[in-house]
Amino acid sequence: MDEAVAALGGGAKLIAGGQSLLPVMKLNLAAPTDLVSLAGVPGLADIADGGDSVTVGAMCTHTQVAGSGIVQARIPALAAMADGIGDAQVRNAGTIGGSVAHNDPAADYPAACVALGATIVTDRREIHADHFFQGMFMTPLEDDEVITAVRFPVPERAAYAKFANPASKYAVAGVMVAKRGTGVRVAVTGASGDGVFRVTEMEEALEDSFSAEAVAGIGVSSHELLSDTAANAEYRAHLVTVMAKRAVEACG
Amino acid sequence: MPTVTMTVNGMQRSGTVESRTLLVEFLREHLGLTGTHVGCDTSQCGACVVHVSGTSVKSCTCLAVQADGADVTTIEGLANGTDLHPMQEAFREHHGLQCGFCTPGMVLSAVDLANRNSNPSEHEVREWLEGNLCRCTGYHNIVKAVQAGAQAMGGGS
Ligand SMILES: Cc1cc2nc3c(=O)[nH]c(=O)nc-3n(C[C@H](O)[C@H](O)[C@H](O)COP(=O)(O)OP(=O)(O)OC[C@H]3O[C@@H](n4cnc5c(N)ncnc54)[C@H](O)[C@@H]3O)c2cc1C
Ligand code: FES
Ligand code: FES
Repeated sequence: MDEAVAALGGGAKLIAGGQSLLPVMKLNLAAPTDLVSLAGVPGLADIADGGDSVTVGAMCTHTQVAGSGIVQARIPALAAMADGIGDAQVRNAGTIGGSVAHNDPAADYPAACVALGATIVTDRREIHADHFFQGMFMTPLEDDEVITAVRFPVPERAAYAKFANPASKYAVAGVMVAKRGTGVRVAVTGASGDGVFRVTEMEEALEDSFSAEAVAGIGVSSHELLSDTAANAEYRAHLVTVMAKRAVEACG
Repeated sequence: MPTVTMTVNGMQRSGTVESRTLLVEFLREHLGLTGTHVGCDTSQCGACVVHVSGTSVKSCTCLAVQADGADVTTIEGLANGTDLHPMQEAFREHHGLQCGFCTPGMVLSAVDLANRNSNPSEHEVREWLEGNLCRCTGYHNIVKAVQAGAQAMGGGS
């Protein structure tokens, strides 16, 4: 790890699974001078049950999270979410650390992290998800900072519902709903170019009555939502409510 | 330029490559293994799927240096002499290909599925093949072939 951190900075970048970085490099949207692979750093691909939380190592692939007995037992919504990322080969290579660090506005993990109240653990500090996802591809990570793990508090109930882009499986709109002792959280990904956001009106309604009907009448404004070839802003706003309903229903 | 060494289809191969060389370029251009195809530049079609250390990955979205030291299997490495691999045999038997462009990736992807699940349902096969696009067959016979191939493999490769 020390060697990796020392090699970073300047024009050098980390590479984990390469499932976001290499496509971005092919588009000439990134041109790092050097790539530092985390593949050889020991201890980054473990999943640990900490009782009231589950800690997932940064280099765990989506396949590993989807198939983990610990994640399936403690936070089944997270395992199911990981199983719905991209396709089998993307899941075999792509990692949680890379997904979180990249903060693609249509990625699934940001919604899970915010709804579950996760903590992003790096080589030098811990950052709560609420302060981590700062807008499209923006995070507080320093150039030479390495995510080592993501710690998820175990919710009472949680579920994720995604309307996927049929070509890539990225979220056109994805909603994670999580109920914990501290309240309910509703986090939306894919719908806004600024990335994940919470819908507090839905959260309050679900705290009063945890049912799909409680959110059925609550819409988000299309004003700041994304319009692209997959869906326009009005359609995305509609999808947010539909996905929120489905997620609450799936919470059982 | 870095030198990479990996086991490809059971043989140790090495080469000196530009650091940015993709695994698929190393396989096709340095080793002449042109059975692995490139069908897109967006990591979506799956024509380039190979196995790296036992799991299927897109060789167009993996650097050759990332596979340094790994065990790589391409479509050329599946048959045993003139005996087709059971998954290849199933694709032939069930007419799971037309032009054949997608087939190497389909077969390698299918073998990975069969290693995890020796009796996949039609739904499981279709879900698994999300990242393998075919412009000819309409998938129907591919799904039949994968189910038959998985059964013939009996859970092992
Ligand atoms: C065809 C396709 C479909 C996809 N569909 C989906 C989808 O449906 N949903 C979804 O959420 N995602 C999807 N993805 C993206 C995929 O989930 C990626 O795996 C993920 O976004 C990046 O993880 P990675 O390990 O590949 O990271 P990389 O591509 O290696 O890295 C991405 C970025 O994160 C940085 N980084 C990596 N690891 C760390 C670390 N530990 N600490 C700090 N920085 C780090 C890198 O420097 C780079 O900037 C898709 C990708 C493809 C190619
Ligand atoms: S060539 Fe299309 S996914 Fe690799
Ligand atoms: S057989 Fe032609 S693309 Fe699949």
